[in-house]
Parts: sequence; C-alpha cells; structure tokens
Amino acid sequence: MSNDLLVVENLKKHFVTSRGTVRAVDDVSFAAKEGETLGLVGESGSGKSTVAYTIIGLHAPTAGTITFAGKDMSTAVQKRPRALKRALQIVFQDPGTSLNPRRTIEQILSLPLKVHGIGSRRARRKTVVELLRQVELPPEYLFKSPHMLGGGERQMVAIARALATNPSLIILDEPTSALDVSIQAKIINMLCGFQDEMNLTYLFITHDLSLMRNVASRVAIMYLGKVYELAPTDEFFERPMQPYTKMLLSSIPVVLPEEEAIKPSRIVSEGEIPSPVNVPPGCGFHTRCAEMGEGCDSDEPHLVEVKPGHFVRCHQCAEPVTAEIAGKE
Amino acid sequence: MGKSVLQIRDLHVEFKVYEGQLMVLNGVNMNVPAGARVGLVGEAGCGKTTTMRCVLGILQSPPGRISEGTILFHDRDVLKMSQANLQRIRGGGISMIFQDPVAALNPVFTVGDQLTAVIRYAAAKKMDKKEIRRRAIKALGDVQLPDPDRMFSSYPVQLSGGMRQRVCIAMALATEPELMIADEPTTALDVTIQAQMLRLLNELVEQRATSVIFITHSLGVVKEMADWVYVMYAGNIVEGAKKEILFANPLHPYTVGLMGALPKLTGGGIAEGIAGRIPDYLNPPTGCRFNPRCRRAMEMCSGERPEFREVEPDHHVACYLYGRDADVQ
Amino acid sequence: MPEELKYGAFQRRWESFRKGWYKFSRNPVSVIGLIFVFGVAFLAIFAPYVSPYPGHASKYVNFAEASKPPSGTHLCGTDVFGRDILSRVFFGFRYSLMMGIVVLALVVIPGVILGLVAGYYRGTWIDTLIMRITDIFLAVPALILALAVTSVLTPNIFNAMMAVSLMWWPWYTRLVYGLASSLRNEFFVQSAEVIGASRRHILFRELLPNCVSSIFTKMSLDMGWVILIGASLSFVGLGAQPPIPDLGTMVSDGSKYLPDQWWISIFPAFAIMITVLGFNLLGDGFRDLFALEEI
Repeated sequence: MSNDLLVVENLKKHFVTSRGTVRAVDDVSFAAKEGETLGLVGESGSGKSTVAYTIIGLHAPTAGTITFAGKDMSTAVQKRPRALKRALQIVFQDPGTSLNPRRTIEQILSLPLKVHGIGSRRARRKTVVELLRQVELPPEYLFKSPHMLGGGERQMVAIARALATNPSLIILDEPTSALDVSIQAKIINMLCGFQDEMNLTYLFITHDLSLMRNVASRVAIMYLGKVYELAPTDEFFERPMQPYTKMLLSSIPVVLPEEEAIKPSRIVSEGEIPSPVNVPPGCGFHTRCAEMGEGCDSDEPHLVEVKPGHFVRCHQCAEPVTAEIAGKE
Repeated sequence: MGKSVLQIRDLHVEFKVYEGQLMVLNGVNMNVPAGARVGLVGEAGCGKTTTMRCVLGILQSPPGRISEGTILFHDRDVLKMSQANLQRIRGGGISMIFQDPVAALNPVFTVGDQLTAVIRYAAAKKMDKKEIRRRAIKALGDVQLPDPDRMFSSYPVQLSGGMRQRVCIAMALATEPELMIADEPTTALDVTIQAQMLRLLNELVEQRATSVIFITHSLGVVKEMADWVYVMYAGNIVEGAKKEILFANPLHPYTVGLMGALPKLTGGGIAEGIAGRIPDYLNPPTGCRFNPRCRRAMEMCSGERPEFREVEPDHHVACYLYGRDADVQ
Repeated sequence: MPEELKYGAFQRRWESFRKGWYKFSRNPVSVIGLIFVFGVAFLAIFAPYVSPYPGHASKYVNFAEASKPPSGTHLCGTDVFGRDILSRVFFGFRYSLMMGIVVLALVVIPGVILGLVAGYYRGTWIDTLIMRITDIFLAVPALILALAVTSVLTPNIFNAMMAVSLMWWPWYTRLVYGLASSLRNEFFVQSAEVIGASRRHILFRELLPNCVSSIFTKMSLDMGWVILIGASLSFVGLGAQPPIPDLGTMVSDGSKYLPDQWWISIFPAFAIMITVLGFNLLGDGFRDLFALEEI
C-alpha cells in the first residue's frame, strides 16, 4: 500500500554455527504503516530481536527483502546510504550497555549530529541540551557518564539519541523490560507523545503482553523464527486464534479481576521452548500444542488471512480451502 | 497466624561512599510467619536485596554498615551472631535463590558437583557418597527436571534458563531450609516458563511447609505467589497486608500509584505513573521518604517518619493519612 | 556540593581528579607504590644534585678508597674502583627508568593499534593475519630473543632497548585484542555503527576508552619487567657497558666479590627491587583508579 513505510517480505536470517544452522528468522513478512505502532511479541528464541537487528542493518539478510520508504535496503548497515541511516533508528533493550560507559552524555548525544553533519560545533551543544529537555532531563546531565544515571534515565538518553536525527521510524527493542513499572509508565507516555508530535512510526518489540495491549495498533506474535499470528490489537487480545497466542495470554500474571476475565482459560505449558537449531518438523509449535491434530507434525502451515486483517499460521484454525499466502495488507 | 520464622525490626543500613553516607535502609519492618509465603515488592534501588543480604549476613561491610535494628530468626538475633553460627544457619536454616541463574551457577562444575557440595556442606553429620548422590538426584527430580541422572552430570551451560533456575531451586531446597529467600527468581525467564516455575515453587513450598520470602518488582507475580505482601520504597516498608486485603484496598499512595502505573491487559492506555524520581540516598527527604512525590502529602509528612502501624486487621501502613498519633516514634 | 551544577570545565576537571585520588588511595599499598615510584623518579632526575659524589658516576678511580664498607662518608660503601655506590645507584635509576620509558613509548602505540584493528575485524583475514604474526613473536622466549639480538649487534644500551621492544609489543596487541573483540558486539558499539560512525571513531572513541584501564595497569607492571630484563641483559654484559652506572651491571660486577664485599651487589639489587615493586603496586592502584563507580 502507498503509506507502508517499512515492508519486510520473506525475510530470512540464518546463522551457521558449530551446532548447526540457527534459523533465527525464517520467512517473516509484515508491513508497518506510517504513524502506526506495530508490535512484535515473542519469547526467547522467537527471533524478534534478530528481525530488529536485520532491519536496522546489523546483519545482512540471508534471503528476502526489506524496503523502506520505497527504497530497497536489504543490506548490512555499512552499505546503506547515509540518508537511510538518518531516517531509521533503534533503541536497544539494555540501557546498561547501549551507552558507552566511558563517554559523557554530551559526547553520546552529539555523535549522530556529528556523523550526519547537523549543525556547527557550537550549535550542537544547544541541540543536545534541547534533546535532554525533550526527555525531561536537566542540562547538567551533559557532563555525566552513563554509569552515574539510573536505568530509566539511561534509556531516556538512548531515546534522545534515537530522536537526534529526526527519524521517521524507530525500532524499540524491549525498551522498558529492564525498568520499573513507574519509570516504564513515564517512558511509554513520553514515546506516545513523541509519536504524535513528530508523526513517528514505531516497531515495538516486547515480551510483555500487557504493555503491548496499550501501545500497539497491530500485533504480530513470533515463535521459532516465524510469525504465527498478526492482527489488530483488540482482535489479537480478545479473539486470539493461534494456540500459542492463547497459551501465552493465559500464562500472564495479572492483578485485576477484569484482566483475569479477559484471559483465555489456563493452558498449562509443558516442556521447554525448542532451540532454533532444531526446529520441529511441520508446525514448529506442535510439540507444545494442546490443540495438535492431523498433519501438524508433518505439514508446515502457512500464514493465512482468516478474517480481514487477522492472519494465522495454524492448520486447526485456517480454512484449508481459502489458503492464501499473505503477510501484508 | 502461628509463630514467626523471621522478624526484621527497624533495620537501618548505611553505605560509605566518596560523597558521604548513603542512608539506604531507614527502618525496615517485616514479619514472616512459619509456613507462609511473603512477597516483597519494590522497585529498583529500594533496598530489597540489601535487606536480604543482612538477613543472611552477607552484606558487604565496609562500605555497608548496619547502624540499627534487629533480625530475629526464631528469636535469635542474626546481626549479633558469630560467623560460625551464621554458617550453620545459611543453607540449613535459610537458603537463597538468586535472580540470574547464569551467574548463580559455577560454569566449570557440573550440576551434580554443585548440588552435592551444598548437601554435604549443610548436612548435620557426615554422609556417605552414595547417600549424598541419591539425595541430589531426588532433589533434581523434585523440581521436575527430565532425566535427573543425565542432569546430574551436565554442565550449567548445557541447560536452558528455566532448567538452570530449577537447579538453583533444587540447591536451595536440598538442605531442607525453614526459610527460603527467592530474589526475583523468574524475572529472567520467559512468560510461559515463568508460569511453570511459579507453579512448581508453589507446589514445593506447600509440600514442605517452608516459609518463603519472594522478592519481585511485579505485582502480578506477587498476586500468584504470596499470602502476605510487603511494599517497599526507598529503604522503608510502607505497607504490609494479607494479599487479598492489599489488592482490594491499597492504602499507601505509593502502592496506589504502583498499581495505577501497571499496564492493563484490558487496554485503555497507561496511567501517568508516579511523578519525580527515587530519592537521593545521600540527602534523603526528612520524614516520609515518599512525601516529595506524593499527591496527598501534608505538612507533617516531612517532619517525623510515620510509624508502621496496623490500621485494620492484617493491614499495616506507614502513612499519616491513616490515623495521626501524638506518640509517633 | 553537587558537582553536576558546575558548568566550569576547570571545576569539573578538579573534581574528577579528587575523585580519582579517592579511589586510588582506598588501598594504602597503592600509595606506597606511588611513593616508591616518585622517589625513584626524583632521585633519577635530580641525581647530579642529590648525589654525594656525582663525579663517581662516570670515569673515576681512587684505589685508596676502594672496596670500603658502608660508613659515614659512603653510605653504601665503595666499589673496587673507589666509586661511591650510593651515587652510582642514583644515576643507575636514570638508565633503568629510561629503558622502561623508551621501550614502552615504542611499543604501546603500535601494539594497541594492532590489537584494536584485529579485535574489530575479528573473524576476518585481518584478524588472522595480525594475530598469527603476534603469536609468532610471542612464541619466542623474551630473554632469549633479546640475547640473540644483542649478541648479533654491538652490545650497548640502545640495542638492548631495541631488542626488548621487538618482543614486547605483542603483549599489548594480545591484551587489547581480547578486550576489543569482546566489546565489539556490545550495544554501544552497535549503536555507533547503526548511526553511521566512521571506523576510526569506533576504534578510538568507543573501543579504546574501555581498554585504557587495562593498558595503564599493564604499562605500570611492564615498567618493572622491562627494567628487570634490562638489568638481566646488563648482568650478562649485553646491555650498558662500563663505565655507565647501570644497576644490572653493578650487580654483575659486584657478584664476584660476594659475600665479603656484599655491599657492591646488594645495594644495586635492592634498588632494582624497590623500583620494580613500586611499579607493581602502582599498577594495582591504576586498576582501582579507572574503576567505574556504580551508583
């Protein structure tokens, strides 16, 4: 569609290791529209972080294409044009290591400005102070080092760094997972504010489904390198179809009785998550699936649009007749 | 209520740093009845881990120093015990599970080596090798690890996060402690594995009538795991109640703010969170440490620290909103 | 006095110096090391002014005063030529320190740069090339190589320094390679890559500052080692030649007269020990100095 900012088609990223080929991302397709927040949820080994790193260019894709604002960028970051590096930014998940402990905040924030030649040296300090103000940090923080700040403040600096080049899309990889609830609330509200002000698009990755409910407009769930369900947020949470989605939703510890009511009935998860080196044949989830049936352990299901905008990868859910391979609107 | 296994009374701890003294713990009060599951909820930096270190006698001193208070383990003051007596309590009387199973297990020894070391160490008398090995394998089976014999000879690096944490739980329970302290044991785990782990812990604790102190920053987990809940802020216990009472009727403004800031699975956006930041322990606020951030702060809140008192059956709060007494301590 | 409110660059530097001293001086042993090193440096620099007999450091002979034990006039006694040993030790410090400084000055910068580059390009041919060459140099025992080189060339202090430098650089490459290759995949380096920073920036502004602590600690310990190796070379006659008052040569010359005229060897040996010990203790202090303080 015309206002798809980021389009990912049949993306694959495999790592060859001594233990075998790790199929971290194994045929993933989706699109993020301008101004929306697309959520990517999954547990460890799902490949959601690898998707993020491949889109941002830290890995070159093994197969598939990534298109941003109409331009192809299916390469590693070193080969991408500078303008693209300006428009696409990422906030990493661990605020402890995403800022160089041996540099000052001023140095960290002025790096993107320097690299992209934004402003003269004098103007840069002013810009950095302005960035700090946007994330509600005082100007004195210019001279501090990251280890003097708390986790929440470090993450705010990381967000300020991502905003420095005035990007169009920001990938947020578990931005608040390491933070406390009250700081998380502050940061999420700040991010929503920025999104409205600057018409940003977010690719929001987290394992916290309660958080996802409140930030994303559409949610995709990943397992062992593939997207297993993709739907608008309310659909996803209130009418999940994929057994894995239902299992995940039923496992979340919640506080309020109305939250408990909305959860699918408790599906007890047995066993461990298989390693991406040994993806089970057929449907990758069949080893833990309560609704496993004929063919689940031999035929791989495809991602199928079962309702408008609601895609599911499951033999038991999809109508076999209208099998239509889809991944984007 | 039954007899108390652990009572912490008015614990004060300071840390000496370059800039001065950090007044980390400012009067912590806690009571763990025999056989009860107690949840300790608090955000990063509130002092929950410091408190637990004092209980086990492993506070780093210097720079830490216990300036006031008593910790009674079965009516004996842990803070006044000799190292020899403390050694006897550790493992046999009180054991601990740490947050990061990767860091808690020694990578160069097998699971079996580490488990037998714990059993041997905490045993009242000398046991022969066969008996120790038998107990170790039984412990591994108790935590529902598949193939305990093979697990016995495995190295931690060969196991997944969930399995490693089960090994840590096995080590903590192998000595048959009266009190088990679990410091954020499921934070590093995936949601579905976390659900399994919590279920397992509940079963084990019920079987053995062990008391548990469960430290976490997640209210949802506390709801599933605890009979009693204590809420901690900036070195103080601000509220403590039976779980149902706390969730039905949170009194302290911090607890209310915390619950409000939680993202709800039912959606609706995230509340504002709590304004301000955690206090500077070098110059903490006088009186109630939450008063600078509290929407309902009154003048007396910055005077004397409010006493932690029972305002209704099974519900203690340290807040002047609930009864002002002339004889506040 | 919250230091973050001072915009002034001078105040910030001063505050950070004071904080550094606080961290360093927590361990009294490091302060002892610092005192030893300062002491040795002071004596070395001001040797002509503080030695009781500065002339004895060069050609001087006075057989009337030869081989006299320690006394009021000669605190460390005299050697077989009648030269005051205390003065010669002070001048000897000069050569020892010079050896250490020159070798490190030659070795650290190339070694570190090679380590950074190899670590950054870990897994590629650049890494293999650099590290295999490093391995080759590391495989040859240090002292043997130095002996070989100096015996082929004319034995003098300059060639000794060259020989030691030749087999010293690989240690820095190995050290920095280990650090850089593990840091290379940290999020803050990935961030810089994603932003589009140049390779030069990543090597010298992101990776290098995180290696500084280890490099300085090693440099301090190395001063001790280089001095010892230099003294060993001189001991076997391949380093400084007489009449240069090199500490190793002095120990060697005096060894013939042990144990009767013990002072001829013992005092220079003791001087070497103080110097090496001082740098070792200082090295530990550097580690504390560069440690990041957690809040």
